[in-house]
Amino acid sequence: MTDRGPQKNDPIRAARQAQRLKKRYRKERRFRAFGMSAVLLATGILAFLMTSIVYTSIPAFTHHNLTLDVTIIAEEVDILRDDQGLVTNVDANWLGFVRTALRDSFPEVTSRRDKRDLYKLLSIGAPDAVRDAVQADPNLIGQTIQVRLPLSDDIDLVMKGLIDRNLPETDRLVSDRELAWLDKFIAEQRVSENFAIQLFANGDSREPEMAGLKGALMGSLLTMLVTLLISFPLGVLAAVYLQEMAPKNRLTQIIEVNINNLAAVPSIVFGLLGLAVFISFFQLPRSAPLVGGMVLALMTLPTIIIATRASLASVPPSIRQAAMGVGASRLQVIMHHVLPLAMPGILTGTIIGLAQAAGETAPLLMIGMMAFIVDTPTDVTSKATVLPAQIYMWANNPERAFVARTSAGIVVLLSFLLLVNGLAIYFRKRFEKRW
Amino acid sequence: MTLNFLVICLISLGVYSFLFGRYRIRKVTQQVSVKQHSRDVYHATFLAACATIVPLIVLIVWSSLSPLVLNGLLEVQLQNMVGAATVGEMGVLIAQTKAFSAGLLNPAFVSDDVKQAASYYESLQAASDTGRALLVLAIGLVGLAFGSRFLTVRFTARHWVERLATWLMIGASVIAILTTIGIVLSLVFETIRFFDSVSVTEFLFGLHWSPQIAIRADQAGSSGSFGAIPLFAGTLMITLIAMVVAVPVGLMSAIYLSEYATPRLRNIAKPTIEVLAGIPTVVYGFFAALVLAPLLRDGGSDIGLTVSSESALAAGLVMGTMIIPFISSLSDDVINAVPQNLRDGAAALGATRSETITQVVLPAALPGIVSAVLLAISRAIGETMIVVMAAGVAANLTANPFESVTTVTVQIVMLLVGDQEFDSAKTLAAFALGLLLFIITLGLNILALYVVNKYREQYD
Repeated sequence: MTDRGPQKNDPIRAARQAQRLKKRYRKERRFRAFGMSAVLLATGILAFLMTSIVYTSIPAFTHHNLTLDVTIIAEEVDILRDDQGLVTNVDANWLGFVRTALRDSFPEVTSRRDKRDLYKLLSIGAPDAVRDAVQADPNLIGQTIQVRLPLSDDIDLVMKGLIDRNLPETDRLVSDRELAWLDKFIAEQRVSENFAIQLFANGDSREPEMAGLKGALMGSLLTMLVTLLISFPLGVLAAVYLQEMAPKNRLTQIIEVNINNLAAVPSIVFGLLGLAVFISFFQLPRSAPLVGGMVLALMTLPTIIIATRASLASVPPSIRQAAMGVGASRLQVIMHHVLPLAMPGILTGTIIGLAQAAGETAPLLMIGMMAFIVDTPTDVTSKATVLPAQIYMWANNPERAFVARTSAGIVVLLSFLLLVNGLAIYFRKRFEKRW
Repeated sequence: MTLNFLVICLISLGVYSFLFGRYRIRKVTQQVSVKQHSRDVYHATFLAACATIVPLIVLIVWSSLSPLVLNGLLEVQLQNMVGAATVGEMGVLIAQTKAFSAGLLNPAFVSDDVKQAASYYESLQAASDTGRALLVLAIGLVGLAFGSRFLTVRFTARHWVERLATWLMIGASVIAILTTIGIVLSLVFETIRFFDSVSVTEFLFGLHWSPQIAIRADQAGSSGSFGAIPLFAGTLMITLIAMVVAVPVGLMSAIYLSEYATPRLRNIAKPTIEVLAGIPTVVYGFFAALVLAPLLRDGGSDIGLTVSSESALAAGLVMGTMIIPFISSLSDDVINAVPQNLRDGAAALGATRSETITQVVLPAALPGIVSAVLLAISRAIGETMIVVMAAGVAANLTANPFESVTTVTVQIVMLLVGDQEFDSAKTLAAFALGLLLFIITLGLNILALYVVNKYREQYD
């Protein structure tokens, strides 16, 4: 301490000073703790969000199936053959076969109402499983075969413990009788838990156990393709012009301000634009990946332009000067030297923009891309839905099993985005040049 | 000829022109001893451009306008066949005709008029497709013939190609302006039509929002009312809750990460927080509606509060979470931009770190932080999916965050999702709300920019 420090001969003043210092240090620690808890809170929320969604999604990745002995009565199957005599299609009352098999398991069930309840054990997708088995191997016709049939969603929830068996009968979705039948099947070891292939192999369905993401994934893919094909060339061209060629005049200034403003326009407004211009004015089809892709392309355009400009700006002027020095024209300088060097940054920006678009829902609701569509879309003008819209629709479904289904959809969406963003980071790390 | 096939034809024509142009210029050059002005590839590109660009424009214009023209012709035809019909009936007939010709309707349920109209429509479509194909290919061939006359040794093909490329770039840049113009025009146009039936003052200052329009005139509650104040109030409340969460958490984590954290912690924590910004909003909506809202409802009833299962609180809290990374990364940038010697000066005067931050760094960074908050507010106002999934639909005018409120974006979605005709006030109201949203967010962005530009300190 120097001579201006606490004076030893004034104990009161020294004590007061020490106290003040202590208070200031306390405040410092408090402030620091606030900061730390803010960081912890933000990361904690992220962790909670992720775990809760992954945890609720787990049941959706498996489904319980019932292995039944189904007799395929040869006389009741129509077989369509082609010219070479090969079987092209089989048709029969598959539902009837399944029901007969169920009745045979419980001969004591006779009344109409009881039978109806018995049938409810199985999913409406069960007959399809029989058909698929027969179609794969027509020699089975006339035999009694063991087929794995999906159980209905409520029974599946009982098996997974998500519907409590100990509740009074009136409070749960499954009656005591159904449980008794189920227990008999369990005792016969006919019930097995398998990977829910339906989740990826099927289109949308009203029945949770049959609903899948195939249509939505395909729709997302087609939509992203349209978005990429429109926004990448347009974005790069516009950015090259604004960064490298444009004279500094009123028009380019307006364009620049415009692009920055567009980046901040709420996404739903782009949906309104799509509805008013593409669908209402140009009469393009509703719910089509073409229109969805166009709307999302307009939305990602600013992102791509801004990223591309930043990437172009980071290419040092010496490259341009060297190219000019050996007689390249302005366009040759850009096309042969600047653009290839800026490409990693451009691709990273494009991927990030597309990932953003892939998770976007609101503008697509406006143009009808949340319709209930069972078929997988095949081209950009067929009716389709996209992954986030599918998640939105499932989230609105009242059935219990759809909660897990929705979470599973989210897990698929998030893993896709993670993959894509990982790719972007890889690109940046692998190809980025430091000048 | 279908569109796909036509596009393939056009691409082949382009490729052929390119190859032909290259072959041609090489041959021409061999015959004379003059040095070629441009390299082969420019000649080839020039020819390919001649053969494809005009046809491509014709193709796009034709394809986008033909549905309009076909619809008009179909309507005239139907009018001739059926006689006078209201707009609604006409719409149904047109939709039926189109569905029938697409094979979506069972012939047994369709009237003969519609069948006739459908065959007429199909013939129109066929004629349009053939006409389009012929015109596009003819123009392409003419372009090819025209362009190939230019391919001589001293032809300045490179200049032409570069000029074309520049115009393409300018065109691409103008798309951004066209988008804005498109947004403004479509919103303004529909809004003006909306204000034909509802007065501006009722819309902006009315206290009652129930956009249901009766189907029959004598139905109870037949007149929809379009007072948007409850929507503004709801939007404001949810935004406020979101900001109460996002501003302290975002700002404090930015301060901690840039002033206190070790580089290692910073390298882990910063990207982790930014993951929150990459999560699609539909995921937040699901989280708010199915995880947080039940939690709040049950927690509320445990301590004797009635919390609605679509409470503003759940939507606001989750929206705040979404905005945390937005505020933290923007604030991080401005805090880092405050020069180190200001901190050193404060430390030299004996200030603790927190005193340096609150009394030196934050005031210096204030304009940037204010602008970050303004941008975050604009983001929160325009956010849709979270509120669509977690907030209510009924327009309550309340200040209680435990009750359900609705927002501007929710109403836009509710008014436009599902079947709609473009003439009802209900549909047009969505565009009026959209215009309002656009103006407010634009205003906030401009204000944010203004704050930064006006109050920023220059430290160099």
